[in-house]
Amino acid sequence: MATISQPDTHPAQAPATNAIIRVADAHKYYELGETRVHALRGVNVEIHRGEFVAIMGASGSGKSTFMNIVGCLDTLSSGEYFLEEIDVQRFSKKDLASIRNKKIGFVFQGFNLLSRTTALENVELPTLYAHITHAEGQRRAHEALELVGLGERKLHYPSQLSGGQQQRVAIARALVNRPAILLADEPTGNLDSRTSVEIMDVFQNLNLGGLTVVLVTHEPDISQFATRTIEFRDGRIRHDTPVKNRPLASEVLKNLPTLED
Amino acid sequence: MEIVAILRIAMRALARNKMRSALTMLGIIIGVAAVIAMVSVGQGAQAQAQQQIAAMGSNMLFVGSGTISRGGMHMGWGATKTLIYEDEQAIVRECPAVKAAAPGATASAQVVFGNDNWNTRVNGTEPQYFDIRTWAFQEGASFSQADGESVANVAVIGETVRKNLFGATDPLGQTMRINNLPFKVVGVLVTKGTSAAGGDDQDDNIFVPITTLQKKITGQPWLRWIIVSAVSRQGSYIAQQQIASLLRDRHRIRPGSDDDFFVRNLADMADLADQQSRLFTVLLASIASISLIVGGIGIMNIMLVSVTERTREIGIRMAIGATEGDVQQQFLIEAIVLSLIGGGIGIAIGIGVSYLITQTLGWPVLVSTTAIAAAALFSGAVGIFFGFYPARKAARLDPIEALRYE
Ligand SMILES: Nc1ncnc2c1ncn2[C@@H]1O[C@H](COP(=O)(O)OP(=O)(O)OP(=O)(O)O)[C@@H](O)[C@H]1O
Ligand SMILES: [Mg+2]
Repeated sequence: MATISQPDTHPAQAPATNAIIRVADAHKYYELGETRVHALRGVNVEIHRGEFVAIMGASGSGKSTFMNIVGCLDTLSSGEYFLEEIDVQRFSKKDLASIRNKKIGFVFQGFNLLSRTTALENVELPTLYAHITHAEGQRRAHEALELVGLGERKLHYPSQLSGGQQQRVAIARALVNRPAILLADEPTGNLDSRTSVEIMDVFQNLNLGGLTVVLVTHEPDISQFATRTIEFRDGRIRHDTPVKNRPLASEVLKNLPTLED
Repeated sequence: MEIVAILRIAMRALARNKMRSALTMLGIIIGVAAVIAMVSVGQGAQAQAQQQIAAMGSNMLFVGSGTISRGGMHMGWGATKTLIYEDEQAIVRECPAVKAAAPGATASAQVVFGNDNWNTRVNGTEPQYFDIRTWAFQEGASFSQADGESVANVAVIGETVRKNLFGATDPLGQTMRINNLPFKVVGVLVTKGTSAAGGDDQDDNIFVPITTLQKKITGQPWLRWIIVSAVSRQGSYIAQQQIASLLRDRHRIRPGSDDDFFVRNLADMADLADQQSRLFTVLLASIASISLIVGGIGIMNIMLVSVTERTREIGIRMAIGATEGDVQQQFLIEAIVLSLIGGGIGIAIGIGVSYLITQTLGWPVLVSTTAIAAAALFSGAVGIFFGFYPARKAARLDPIEALRYE
């Protein structure tokens, strides 16, 4: 299995910046018969280790496209993408799968858990492809579920869990192989506002622990929990601003009514 | 990915749709069971034929009048009237590889005893016939050489004739009428069953002295056959040549002309029967393997459905780091597990059916281990072959589109 090693004969050698994600002049086209959809039209951005970035923007502005590229699910039509200063554009499909497995944790709007598979088994799934022992995989899966506060629900099936709990399982799954970045495309899109804040609390805690988090959201309230917001419009970055006075999700939760009330 | 984990995933995926998995396996089960049963039946038939040929007598040769399809002309057995009693005498006298010989002619006749009558074959021969064919008597004995010389009305009957004509009555010493002539029964032969060559009932025969048959029943001097025993198994091939050249001489057949007789070696007949039953086995097995292929197509169909149904699962697995190879392997193993389980059940059923069929037909039970091994291998191969395309299709899915799939 490929390890992420620096290709040694690349002309555009890595510059001195310390970005975990560096995208330069990124373009992405989709060919649809005669027409060509230009989803990304020259995106330049650097994201550093330990940042918590919220990506905003209108529907169709290219947020998901950007996330898929960053998550190595898709490749650029032109431009550069460096992940931990490594040029990912040059990797084979197999190597990209390995990067997704080890370096990236994905959280989706629709949770995307395997039904008829327990929470624990769902979380364990990435370890099956990671070439670690079964015992180690189990240990990590338990640990990850504890971390998202689902220690009591390990043997529940997705259908037996609430939306918020399912999203926690998905977050645990994304964390189980100890990735460098957590990517979340509208993780709160299917959740009510209180549960959304709960999920943001999980992200904030992970981020405080040193994890780089990039999430897409439509809700300005949610974006305020990040340290930086980036706004997309028509395939380009329009605004890139640090968040001032960012609230702590745990504090906000105290002032929100609970379901029991 | 560990093989144990893959197998667990495969078993779970199959268990999720138990009915569908069972129905898919059914094709393979039927195919494998059919192959094993058919091969067993074929091999049983082969063994049975060999037993029957061995039962006809050892080192035996058969001389018949007429030709068997040579030089374009096809004349059947007995079509020419050339073989005579003196030919038989000469064979015994002049062929060193021949140990004994008996002449024979045949007529069909109506036989009556009391109120019962039976249509059967009456053969004229000499007493040594029963030795050559190693045919024993259950009652009485053969007519004698003296009976032949005196053209006596005495007869030896086969078991089928005894059963149909005499029933519970002891036939020994009884007088029956063959074509209205009275014949005394002097012996009853033990049963010999169906012949391997013609498939007719060997016990449905009456034997009388050759002289009696020729003079009183057919009124003709011709022989239809001469049965010969050679000095040894190897000797039977030499005897075959000696008899052929002797008879060509005696019948004044010029070089280049066709024989007006044929000599058949039992060893050849055994080979022929062997060949035929092997062909039969191959034929049965190939028909059965068609159902195995149909079963394989069933697996492919279900795997394709499964890939479509589980598109989102495939997308999830890819997003969290499964390579194309991992996905392909997962679906391929699922197909193989499906066909191997089917194969296992099919083997069990095939063995059962083989026992049932061979037992019913009274044949020796030969459950071929080769057929079982081949069926197991073949069902695995079917899984790989018909699982490959769906697995490939799954592996080639685009993860982003697969994740979006509803
Ligand atoms: N597979 C594809 N084929 C063709 N066009 C595509 C494809 N994926 C995305 N697009 C197009 O690219 C553009 C950007 O899409 P993208 O999904 O990135 O938007 P988005 O910002 O995530 O929108 P939303 O907020 O609705 O999720 C859109 O115009 C979309 O139609
Ligand atoms: Mg989107």
